[in-house]
Amino acid sequence: MKNVQKAIERHLNILEFTLASLLRRKAKNLSLLAMYLLVVFMLASLQFFVTALKREAAIILDDAPDMVVQRLMAGRQDLVPGSYASEIALIKGVTAVRPRLWGYYYDALNGANYTIMASDDPTAVAERASIGSGIARSRNLAVGDLLPLISYDKNPIMLEIGTIFPSGSDLIAADLIMITPEDFHKLFNFPSGQATDLAVTVHNPKELPTVAAKVASQLPDSRPILKSEIMRTYQSIFDWRGGMTLVILTTSLLSFIIFAWDKATGLSAEERKEIGILKSIGWETSDVLLLKLWEGTVISLTAFLLGVVLAYWHVFFLSAPLFAQALKGWSVIYPRFQLIPVVDAYQLTILFFLTVVPYTTATVIPCWRAATIDPDAAMRY
Amino acid sequence: MILHPAALALLLIALLVSGLGIYAGYYGVRILARWDPVSGSEEQLELERRTYLISTIMSYILSFELMSLFLFVYTADDLHTLFTGAMCAAGTLAVNPFGYPALLIKIVNFLLAGVWLIVNYADNKGYDYPLIKIKYELLNLLVPLLALECCLLFAYFAGIKPNIITSCCGSLFSRESVSLGGNLSSLPHLPMQMAFFSGMIITALSGLYYYLRGRACYLFSISATVTFLISTTSIISFICLYFYELPTHHCPFCLLQKEYYYVGYLLYATLFSGAVAGIGAGLLMPFRKIGSLLHIIPGIQRSLTLITLVCYLIFSLITVWKIVFSALKLG
Repeated sequence: MKNVQKAIERHLNILEFTLASLLRRKAKNLSLLAMYLLVVFMLASLQFFVTALKREAAIILDDAPDMVVQRLMAGRQDLVPGSYASEIALIKGVTAVRPRLWGYYYDALNGANYTIMASDDPTAVAERASIGSGIARSRNLAVGDLLPLISYDKNPIMLEIGTIFPSGSDLIAADLIMITPEDFHKLFNFPSGQATDLAVTVHNPKELPTVAAKVASQLPDSRPILKSEIMRTYQSIFDWRGGMTLVILTTSLLSFIIFAWDKATGLSAEERKEIGILKSIGWETSDVLLLKLWEGTVISLTAFLLGVVLAYWHVFFLSAPLFAQALKGWSVIYPRFQLIPVVDAYQLTILFFLTVVPYTTATVIPCWRAATIDPDAAMRY
Repeated sequence: MILHPAALALLLIALLVSGLGIYAGYYGVRILARWDPVSGSEEQLELERRTYLISTIMSYILSFELMSLFLFVYTADDLHTLFTGAMCAAGTLAVNPFGYPALLIKIVNFLLAGVWLIVNYADNKGYDYPLIKIKYELLNLLVPLLALECCLLFAYFAGIKPNIITSCCGSLFSRESVSLGGNLSSLPHLPMQMAFFSGMIITALSGLYYYLRGRACYLFSISATVTFLISTTSIISFICLYFYELPTHHCPFCLLQKEYYYVGYLLYATLFSGAVAGIGAGLLMPFRKIGSLLHIIPGIQRSLTLITLVCYLIFSLITVWKIVFSALKLG
C-alpha cells in the first residue's frame, strides 16, 4: 500500500513539474498545441459528420418498404405491369404488394427537380397537392396558392396547395409533391395499369431474402431491392466518402507528425540545460522519460479534448460548413437539416488512434534522446 | 479494399507498431551480439542507453496492441451490416481467410508483449541487467509476429468487398450465397463446464499455495495457462449461452455489444491479464537463482500470482453469477 502511495506521489510530483516546465516555454508549446488541435479538429469533424449522416440515412430508411421490386428493360428501369403485383402477392409470406407511382419533374422556372408521387390516400382531392417546404421556399408558395405544372402533352395543370410538409421532414420531403393518381396519370401521360415500382411487405423479415430469390426466379426481368441492401449501400458510400476524405487528410496528418518530430528533436539550449541539471541533482533516465511522457500526455489530452469539443460545435451547431459541400452532395432544393448529435466511444477511439498514437510514436525516440544526455555534456552545451 | 475510418486507423496502428517493433528488434540483435556488461566502452554505454528506449517502445506497443485488439473486434462487429447473412463480428471475420488469423495473432502478440514487459520489469530491478539475453531473444520472436500481424490486417481489409447494390438485376439473390452465420463450432457444454471449474480450482489452490508457501510455481503457471485456454473455449462453449439466454448462439463477440452491457470487455480483460501474469510468473522461475535477482524475483512472482488469482476470481464470479441467475438452464 505504501509503495502504491509512493508511486502515485512520484507521478504527481513529476506531473506538477511538467506543467510548470510547459508553461515556461509557452510559445513553443502553444504552437505545437495549435497544430495538434487543428488536426484533431479536422479529423473529428469529419468523423462526427459522416457518422451523423449515416445515422440520418438509417432513420429515413426506417420507414422505407422492406422490399422494392423494379423491372428492367435493356438494363434500364422500366414500368412494372399490374400482373407482376398479383403474381408477387401469391408468393407465400408476402403480406402486401403496393404499386407505387412516382417520377421526377423538371421545373424550368427555378431549375429544380421535384419528386412527384401519387398519394395512396383515398380521400385526396383532385388538383390539390401537398408539397415539401423546400419547394414552398423556392417558389414562394403558401397554403391555398396555385402551383402551375406543365404536363407531358403540354397542357398546364394548376395544383392548389393543400398542405406544406413541416420542415422537420425536410430530409425526406423537401422536394416532394404529392398528388392524386389521376393527376399523376394526367401530368406524365402515364399508361394505366402500370406502376413505377412495387413496394412489397413481408411478414417475417427473416424470409425477405427467400422471397426476393423467388421474385427474381419467377419474374426474370425484375430486380428486387431489399431495405437492408439500400441501408448497406448508404453506409458503405458514406464510409467510403469519409475514408476518401481521410486519405486526403493523411497528408496533413503526416506533416503534423513531421512537425511534432521536429519540435521534439530540436531541444532548445535551455531545455538541454534543464535536463542536465535535473540529472546532476539525481534524476534518473527513467524519471526524465516519465517527465517527457507526462509532457506528451498533457499536450495530447489538451489538444484532443479541445479539438473534439470544437469539432462537435462545428458539426452539430454550425452544420459542418467546411465539409458539407464535399460530403453531402448538392441540388437546387437542398433540404435544410440540423444533424442529430451522435458521439460514442467508438468514434473517439478511432480519433485517438488517428491522432494521439502517431504523435506519441513520432516523439518517443526524440524524448529518449533528450532523456539520455549526459548531465555534463548538457550543461556545457 | 474498404476505406472505413476504423479500418484505416487499425492499419495505421499496425504499421506504426510493426515499424517500432522492427526498430526495437534491430537494436535487440545488436544488443544480443555485442552486450558485454564488464566493458566500459562507448558502444556498451550506448547499448545500455538503448535498453531504456526499447522498454519504452515495448510498453507503448503493449498498450497499442491491447487497445487495437478491442478496436479490431468492435470494428469487425460494426462492419457486419455490410455483408448479407453476417450477424456480428463472427460473420465479418469469416468474409475472407485472413480475418480469424489476424485476430488470433493479435491475441498472441498481446500476450507475448505482456510477458516481455514482465521480464523487462524484473531485469530492470537487477543492477547488472541479468536477463538481457533472454529478453532480447523474446523480442526477436515477437518482431516477426508483429510484422505478420500487419500483413494479415492489410490482407484482410484489402480483401473486404461489401455486398452493395449492383446494377445487374437481383444478382445477390439469384446465386446461392455463402452463409456467414455466427455459429462457430463449439464443444459440448457439460464436459467443458467440468474442465473450466476444475481448471479454475486447481489454479486457485496452486496459486494460494505458492503465494503462502512459495512452492509449486510451475504448477501454478501451467495451470493458469491451461485454464486460460479452457476458459476461451468455455466462453464459446457455454459461458456466452447464459448471457444470450439462447442455447444455439455460440458467439464470443456479441458479448462485447451494448445489449449485454459490454460485459465481454470485462471478461476478456480479466482473462487476458490473468493469463499474462500467470505465464510471466512461471517464466521468471528459472532466473530466481541469479545473484542480483535473488530477493527480487520471488516478490514479483507473488504479485503476479495475486494478479492472476484476482483476475480469474472476477472472471469466475461473473460466470457463476450468470449461470445461477440466467433465465437459461442447460440440462
